[in-house]
Amino acid sequence: MPFLPVILATDALLWLLVAAVGLYAWYCVRRPHLALPWQRVFRTRAAAVCTVVLACYAAIGLADSLHYRPALPGPGASYSPEVHSLLDLGLARLREGRERTYSAPLATRSYAREQVEVDGRMVRAYPRLLHGGAHLEDEAERPRDIAARVGLGLFCASLAAMALGLIVKRLERRRPGYPWRTAGATLLVILAVALPVAFLAGGYHVLGTDKVGQDVLYQALKSVRVSLVIGTLTTLVLLPLGIALGVMAGYFRGWVDDVIQYVYTTLNSIPGVLLIAAAVLMMQVVIDRHPEWFATAAQRADVRLLVLCAILGLTSWTGLARLLRGEALKLSQLEYIQAAHAFGVSHARVLGRHILPNVTHIVVITVVMDFSGLVLAEAVLSYVGVGVDPSTTSFGTMINAARLEMGREPVVWWSLAAAFVFMFALVLAANLFADAVRDGFDPRVRMGPAA
Amino acid sequence: MRIVLILLGFLSFGPAGCSLQWNDPYPAAERGANILYTAFIQRPKHLDPVQSYTSDEALFTRQILEPPLQYHYLKRPYELMPMTAVSLPQVTEIDGGRFTEYEIRIRPGILYQPHPAFVEANQALSEARIARLGNPYELPLGTRELVAADYVYQIKRLAHPRLHSPIFGLMAESIVGLKALATRLNTRLTAADAEGGEWLDLRDFELEGVQVVDRHTYRIRVNGRYPQFKYWLAMPFFAPIPWEAERFFHQPGMARRNFTLDWWPVGTGPYMLTQHDPNTRMVLERNPNYRGTPYPAEGEPQDAAAGLLRDAGKPMPFIDRIVFSREKESVPYWNKFLQGYYDSAAISSDSFDQAVRVAVDGAAEPSPEMLEKGIALSTSVAATIYYFGFNMKDPVVGGDSERARKLRQAISIAVDMEEYLAIFQNGRGVVAHSPIPPGLFGRREGEAGINPVTHAWRNGRAERRSLEEAKRLLAQAGYPDGRDARTGAPLVLYFDTTSRGPGDKARLDWWRQQFAKLSIQLEVRDTDWNRFQEKIRKGSQQVYGLGWSADYPDPENFLFLLHGPQARADGAGANSSNYANPEFDRLFERMKDLPDSPERQRLIDRMVDIARRDAPWIFGFHPTDYTLHHAWLSNVKPNEMAGNTFQYLRLDPAQRVAAREAWNRPVLLWPGLLLAGLAVSAVPALRSYRRRERMAAKRPA
Amino acid sequence: MLAYILRRALYAVPILVGVNLLTFALFFVVNTPDDMARMQLGVKRVTPEAIEKWKAERGYDKPLVFNAGAGGAAKLTDTVFFQKSLRLFVFDFGAAEDGRDIAAEIRARMWPSLALALPVLLVGLAVNVTFAMTLAFFRATYLDFWGVVLCVAMMSISTLFYIIGGQYVAAKLWHLVPISGYAHGFDAARFLVLPVIIGVVGGIGAGSRWYRTLFLEEMGRDYVRTARAKGLAEPTVLFRHVLKNAMIPILTGVVVLVPLLFLGSLLMESFFGIPGLGSYTIDAIQGQDFAVVRAMVFVGSVLYILGLLLTDLSYTLVDPRVRLD
Repeated sequence: MPFLPVILATDALLWLLVAAVGLYAWYCVRRPHLALPWQRVFRTRAAAVCTVVLACYAAIGLADSLHYRPALPGPGASYSPEVHSLLDLGLARLREGRERTYSAPLATRSYAREQVEVDGRMVRAYPRLLHGGAHLEDEAERPRDIAARVGLGLFCASLAAMALGLIVKRLERRRPGYPWRTAGATLLVILAVALPVAFLAGGYHVLGTDKVGQDVLYQALKSVRVSLVIGTLTTLVLLPLGIALGVMAGYFRGWVDDVIQYVYTTLNSIPGVLLIAAAVLMMQVVIDRHPEWFATAAQRADVRLLVLCAILGLTSWTGLARLLRGEALKLSQLEYIQAAHAFGVSHARVLGRHILPNVTHIVVITVVMDFSGLVLAEAVLSYVGVGVDPSTTSFGTMINAARLEMGREPVVWWSLAAAFVFMFALVLAANLFADAVRDGFDPRVRMGPAA
Repeated sequence: MRIVLILLGFLSFGPAGCSLQWNDPYPAAERGANILYTAFIQRPKHLDPVQSYTSDEALFTRQILEPPLQYHYLKRPYELMPMTAVSLPQVTEIDGGRFTEYEIRIRPGILYQPHPAFVEANQALSEARIARLGNPYELPLGTRELVAADYVYQIKRLAHPRLHSPIFGLMAESIVGLKALATRLNTRLTAADAEGGEWLDLRDFELEGVQVVDRHTYRIRVNGRYPQFKYWLAMPFFAPIPWEAERFFHQPGMARRNFTLDWWPVGTGPYMLTQHDPNTRMVLERNPNYRGTPYPAEGEPQDAAAGLLRDAGKPMPFIDRIVFSREKESVPYWNKFLQGYYDSAAISSDSFDQAVRVAVDGAAEPSPEMLEKGIALSTSVAATIYYFGFNMKDPVVGGDSERARKLRQAISIAVDMEEYLAIFQNGRGVVAHSPIPPGLFGRREGEAGINPVTHAWRNGRAERRSLEEAKRLLAQAGYPDGRDARTGAPLVLYFDTTSRGPGDKARLDWWRQQFAKLSIQLEVRDTDWNRFQEKIRKGSQQVYGLGWSADYPDPENFLFLLHGPQARADGAGANSSNYANPEFDRLFERMKDLPDSPERQRLIDRMVDIARRDAPWIFGFHPTDYTLHHAWLSNVKPNEMAGNTFQYLRLDPAQRVAAREAWNRPVLLWPGLLLAGLAVSAVPALRSYRRRERMAAKRPA
Repeated sequence: MLAYILRRALYAVPILVGVNLLTFALFFVVNTPDDMARMQLGVKRVTPEAIEKWKAERGYDKPLVFNAGAGGAAKLTDTVFFQKSLRLFVFDFGAAEDGRDIAAEIRARMWPSLALALPVLLVGLAVNVTFAMTLAFFRATYLDFWGVVLCVAMMSISTLFYIIGGQYVAAKLWHLVPISGYAHGFDAARFLVLPVIIGVVGGIGAGSRWYRTLFLEEMGRDYVRTARAKGLAEPTVLFRHVLKNAMIPILTGVVVLVPLLFLGSLLMESFFGIPGLGSYTIDAIQGQDFAVVRAMVFVGSVLYILGLLLTDLSYTLVDPRVRLD
């Protein structure tokens, strides 16, 4: 086999999540009362735009979640300890086209002077890049070459526009009432940016390179997965805890309530960063003491990421638990639940049939609302030094490195700018989507702005 | 609109002072004063000379405390000269080299800085008085003459069990009777604890090997020949401490207010610490009782031309006050230097290109922008080595087998230190070919000084051997193309490191690339500092990186890092690679007691050759310090060994005031436009409000 | 009332014990007392004896939680945990591992933290309320729509960008304020202007959007409709009635934060070199100074519980219907 599939822990969980979301969607579609709030959500234009943007991010993240180890050339079936993903395969040119150090976006020469040998003498000059614009015989060709690539990209985008137009028309006929046009337009805008960039990336470093010459665009794309993992898997950890403890506290009351309240007040009263920092440091020590658990560095980094999610989840389930406790407290007073008790229905059944379904909207809203906050938290934690593994590229590590670059003159702005744009688009889309979901699910809040 | 008003309010309120210089971080009243502004990065942990060891602490302690000896400010190679001593110590061998005795005569008439400890009334303060005290210098101050007994007192303090001197272990081996004194003090202290922990007057305890001869003379007796001992006499560990000060700070209630010798050092030096706020600023004030030693009159040949001898013979110090501001991050530090708010700054790798232009011949000079501002550059190769070691106890890379040796050699070739210096240090450093940095005895330059394992001498310079040679060695070691010849498994090595800062990811990526050149997979095991230390201690690391800065300019202080009996995993030595070569160790034992001589050079050459062949280290590099200073600061010459350099500096405050004003005019156009933009954006809101008002009037509710 | 406060204070004790146990457990999995000794004694020439001595002097040579060697109650009391935690409850934090007194340090660093955090809170509150009021006033117009979009956009930007960008532009390019640093007394204003502005701007997005929702909710109530029906002008309705009533949730939300202001802001303090408790905490985490971390966690927890208590009390003050019992 030319490769050995590797399933990292976060890969498995991410795909599990995808499956779960699919299942939930399928379940909802068949039950109109469940589908209704989602229909309300997707009928807004903002949600349509955000869905398309988020889908693009998800596609990048998921492509980056199919890992394998390439086979090594030579005898015997041995595989490189380096783990690649499908995304790496697609971006092989960006990953391997490494310069020595900084270069500006679309540059053909290095950004820093180096000792170069010219005619047998050592000179300090700006050397040509090894990959960026290396296909150009004459550097004067550069503007024309760039224009040609952008033009080609736009041409492809316009071809795509026609195809998109047809699809949108059909969808509008088949399923009216949804803003298909907006969604199509959004996709078109994304394509109009992505395709020229893709053509440019074939010959240049579109967003420049960092201190050791790695392509910044590649780093930004790789960071997407980390954000998605932190934003989604954390909630996955937080949900069972928050739901189980919150609902139990509200439903059983008495000493159960006291114990659970004690636990979450205690956790809550520790300043968040301190608790996370201490937990992350501890986890790091455990990982460091057992190097034999991990076959590759990628696995170690991955476990670290997963544990970071777990820690974030463990320290932030209290908010959800408190909300659910209140809701369960209210529900358990209702007549039909009292009646169920009178009929001798078991607690498990009451919880499963009556309480849980009635708190789902709170859970959905929490999940969606938490996403953006977690993405932002990752950056801050990486700054404090308790974020992702240093070998992992994430928005946090990019910003952290860029901090020093701002002190350079002329300033190296592209790493920071790339992290900013990619992160901003993701968080903005997530926030707007969360708003739409909340409006769709929570009738009370929806009343407000309409008044 | 309200934001606008608040902003304007702030801006008009903020800048105090007449000139338009809003970003001045110092009080306006200090402008024009003869004050040196500099920064400190780490807050000093200990200022008590018995404990203080790091360079962050030396920044302060060396200006305040005066050991008997010091290094000459200008001469190179480094030369010891007397500081408070009359001359270099007289050395006599006793019992045919079983002991060596150092007799030190100090100058009479040297006075301590003004200090409350010298006023008898301050020795019995009430706790309430102490609690009201903001600063010990608020009390009446006194002084007294420096005597030999003060030096002896401090040496006794090295043995004090409460004070944890980092050099106690080392000195207990050399100074006769120090260990016995520690034992006696220990029993006495346990008894004293039962009574309530009163002050222990060390004058009541005898130290066999250290004796006061007369008021200004004392003798130290050390075991065996220990020629390096004289260098220790130039370190603050051997500075004088007046017993009055220790007693003063031992009054009940003092320690709780941070009134300790560790926080408020007392000395005879040119400066005294008068403000101690390790979170923001530390201030050194000129010591009014200082004797005013003259500026040196001789130096290296080029020093006269560089204007470094202009002040020859004038009494130092020249600057009235030194203000150290805490600066944790490099970017603000650098930017404040450019704005003129720090008088000198080290250059971080990220601002190098902006600051320095390296000429064709490799000599560095400030870039045109810097020259325009009148900024000058001074460089010096530090007596430091950053090395990357193999753990010799490791089954793969370690051991004395030919296979492991070839593997190490192959890696030593492949790891391109020249590139490392270029990328991460901007070429600020010298690739190391041996453990001994430039400027020390035993160091060889040119063709004789290259490491033949990794480099070859071509075209008059050292050239790294080709990757092909490395690959050949790797194949000979049994790993052709990075695969184990027997099993076909890829060779995976582990690089143990500790990283914190944001730049570290790039560095780790670079390391992976270097090993990938040989098709060796490098796994980086990145841990926190404690875990890293633990690995080194247990000898469970594989490839690792560390640095060593000289305690004193002697090759022994570097070669001992490879001395077998000092292996880290077997004890608490400094030989982190756990390298042990019997011949090397034998040569080391002979070399360390010899004075600098051709004989010693020969032994060192042998040792270096052995180390190169065995390749327990990838000899990393000796960093070069590049320091920039503004035109108004003169007499600057970096000195790696002497720490008491501030007294030599001279400052032109008028020039600084002018420059700061010219460089820091606030830019008001853009923020003004921004505010205007905000104001304009309120217009549609107001218009819409009006419209609504009218509509409300028209349409009855 | 007094009885209520007393009961709440008693209730806080088990929580603080839990907090202590948790931080203790977390920290000692990471750090053995040996590590701490090494950290403090430095790297050069440290002998095992020196480490043992250091531990013995600071009481770290005892077993961590359970002393099997001792008899009776001493099994639990003659341990690092018991000895080190007990004193916290009387706010005796002891000395940091480098020998400096923690309580003195906290007292000194509290003020810079407060000097930064209080203006951020107050100015931020004023700005957010004003902005949210404006949006609520223009509800359902394009101004409102874009205002909300602006809010969402602003809250989608990481604080790090505000800080890095603000520092670069205002201090480096425009020379308007010192890049970093701090001075005591009124002189601090020059150093605090920029961090305060950045703190306020960074908080506008989330704050204004939340307040706007509160205002709109309030506007949907019957009494507002009645007020309008009486023919009151819109500004009067907004400022007299809506603002007054919406301020209740806003203020109670703010009260929880007030005690925590002492803890400072981790990011802002370390970027701008403000010697407050936030940077103290970060330094302690990175320097693995257990005594400081533990003290800060304890102080944080106490302040948090105090904040909850204040919130409850403030409810009774603004709303006479709520009674504490």
